[in-house]
Amino acid sequence: MENGNTENTEKPAQNGGAPPQNGNGEMCMSLNAVNKWYGEFHVLRDINLEVCTGEKLVVCGPSGSGKSTLIRCINRLEEHQEGRISVNGIELNDDLKHIDEVRREVGMVFQHFNLFPHLTVLQNLTLAPIWVRKTPKNEAEEMAMHFLKRVKIPEQAAKYPGQLSGGQQQRVAIARSLCMKPKVMLFDEPTSALDPEMIKEVLDVMVELAREGMTMLCVTHEMGFARTVADRVIFMDEGQIVEENNPEDFFNNPQNDRTKLFLSQILSH
Amino acid sequence: MDDSQQQQPAALQPPKIPWRRDPAVRALFFQGALIAALLWAIVTVAGNTARNMEERGIKIGLHFFDDVAPFSIPLDFFPFWSFTLGESLYWEVFVIGVQNTIIISVFGIIGATALGFFVGVLRLSPNWLVAKFAAAYIEAFRNTPLLLQLLFWNFAVFLPLAPPPRQSWTLGESFILNKAGLYLPNPVLTGIGTVIFTVSAVAAIAAIIAMRKWAKKRQEETGKPFPLFFASLAVLIAAAVLALLFAGEQVSFEYAELKGLNYRGGARLPLIAFALWFGLTAYTAAFIAENVRGGIVAVAKGQSEAARSLGLHHGATLKLVVIPQAMRVIIPPTISQFLNLTKNSSLAVAIGYPEVVNVWAGISLNQTGQSLVIMAMTIGVYWVLSLLTSAALNYYNTRVQLRGR
Ligand SMILES: Nc1ncnc2c1ncn2[C@@H]1O[C@H](COP(=O)(O)OP(=O)(O)OP(=O)(O)O)[C@@H](O)[C@H]1O
Ligand SMILES: [Mg+2]
Repeated sequence: MENGNTENTEKPAQNGGAPPQNGNGEMCMSLNAVNKWYGEFHVLRDINLEVCTGEKLVVCGPSGSGKSTLIRCINRLEEHQEGRISVNGIELNDDLKHIDEVRREVGMVFQHFNLFPHLTVLQNLTLAPIWVRKTPKNEAEEMAMHFLKRVKIPEQAAKYPGQLSGGQQQRVAIARSLCMKPKVMLFDEPTSALDPEMIKEVLDVMVELAREGMTMLCVTHEMGFARTVADRVIFMDEGQIVEENNPEDFFNNPQNDRTKLFLSQILSH
Repeated sequence: MDDSQQQQPAALQPPKIPWRRDPAVRALFFQGALIAALLWAIVTVAGNTARNMEERGIKIGLHFFDDVAPFSIPLDFFPFWSFTLGESLYWEVFVIGVQNTIIISVFGIIGATALGFFVGVLRLSPNWLVAKFAAAYIEAFRNTPLLLQLLFWNFAVFLPLAPPPRQSWTLGESFILNKAGLYLPNPVLTGIGTVIFTVSAVAAIAAIIAMRKWAKKRQEETGKPFPLFFASLAVLIAAAVLALLFAGEQVSFEYAELKGLNYRGGARLPLIAFALWFGLTAYTAAFIAENVRGGIVAVAKGQSEAARSLGLHHGATLKLVVIPQAMRVIIPPTISQFLNLTKNSSLAVAIGYPEVVNVWAGISLNQTGQSLVIMAMTIGVYWVLSLLTSAALNYYNTRVQLRGR
């Protein structure tokens, strides 16, 4: 626990003092002393996290450490019981209006894509703009084609998700989120259900998105991606953030024993 | 040399199977045997019955169709084909029975589907009380015999609840409710009145279709939704009011009047028909609700999470994402519930609703003794109805199947 203590004293200084270089300093997301339980099980323990607009965070950690739970709390797919979460100044509480607003600001990409199999690719992309943003259909379709071009599969627009490869499906899922013009994108292990040759095509899209200045919070074990894109890497274990650093120091000079062990396991294969 | 050359092609051919072990031959044999046994059973039973009937002096045939049916149908409300004591013939009894079966089945299916979907969705509500209430409904209705439920609704609820004719509940002259049913004014159109009403009905339908098209187009162009349901309702009401004004003298209403012990005239929705509809609907809806629940649960959790993370509300998520996918799980067992409802409508015998089993396989058979013909026809009715229902729903089912799966 010594480690945890020293870090807790360091963190506020780091966040308050020098905002990470890529962000423009404007606060985009903040989690304040967040705690969450599944019944008796304490999944998130005293999470404090601040993310500036334009910042890219990579979250890693062993299985079951609460990474998915953390990012699912940020768009209210899970409820936290203690502490405060706010996104773009909107506080996430039981107010349904706030939840709606936050979900419109935050896009989410899932490990298993979760495309709607009964709709074509184009319909997958236009569904939310039409029904949530009340965008005219033509406009929504134009925008959908625009984002399909950006993820490099405009020719698949008329197909059904079941007719695409995994990599193509995940790119459609990214485009689907982008169609809602989110301010923040959450990724939950977006490449871990993919074959190796498809991982790259998805990561390329994500790198490009990062270059364009999207605020991103990404759970991933793709260390190459973390090194090129991340401003900060966060390591979680047993529901706690145990280490937080820039990628260079995180990988080359990890402080925490659990981080060291984890990195040695990941990098060994 | 010769030997080996001749053996070569033989070895390439599949080895010969003894016919006893050939699945195709076996299948053919068993099917043949089954058909033969069935035919034998039918011929024996039919022959026996025919001999019995002849001994009792009944000539088998269709000749009784044109005899006058010497009984009255206990309740006759169907507007298209009505029964007149002492005039109506046996074949008309059959037609009336079939149409009453179809009517109760169609309305029952509509009611059960609507209620079943509603309860099935409530069953999964995040609200604990609502979900438990739906669960209690489903368990209570699925786990008691339908016959008991029909008797209960008719004899324990609706009949005691409704007042006798002399103390009818009335709303002005127009609406009268008592043990016999609900009486409504019966519109009588004369002269140009019929034309006016037909024209206005057609115009209203055309207007609604045009409005739907326009609303869809507008939503696609501007994103603005349109309250189609209420607008359609308004159009219908406006058309009816306009037609009434224009028709003036040419339309009159025949009101039900108390004559002796009962009301006569007007249009009547019999209480028995309502009780039967209510019972069949409530019972079948419990099964459909379970199908709906099962179908929704079968849709992966990730689907509604994805929809919610895109900002869709609970209702829109259900309507646009979950239910369309759940349909392919829901439809097949729901088809069989529709067929069950149709068959179950024959339990109406117990409360006196004049559907086909009651008036044809019951009363008419007793009167004529023509069991062979009448039973075959009654069974045929259910077969045809079943085949039609399955065909319609299978067609729909193939349309909701997922592509690329
Ligand atoms: N709905 C739930 N009910 C109870 N426990 C849960 C639930 N969801 C997750 N958990 C538990 O919470 C812990 C954290 O889960 P979470 O999915 O956040 O882990 P993770 O870090 O994303 O792991 P992975 O790398 O395997 O995806 C796990 O121990 C898991 O078993
Ligand atoms: Mg996870």
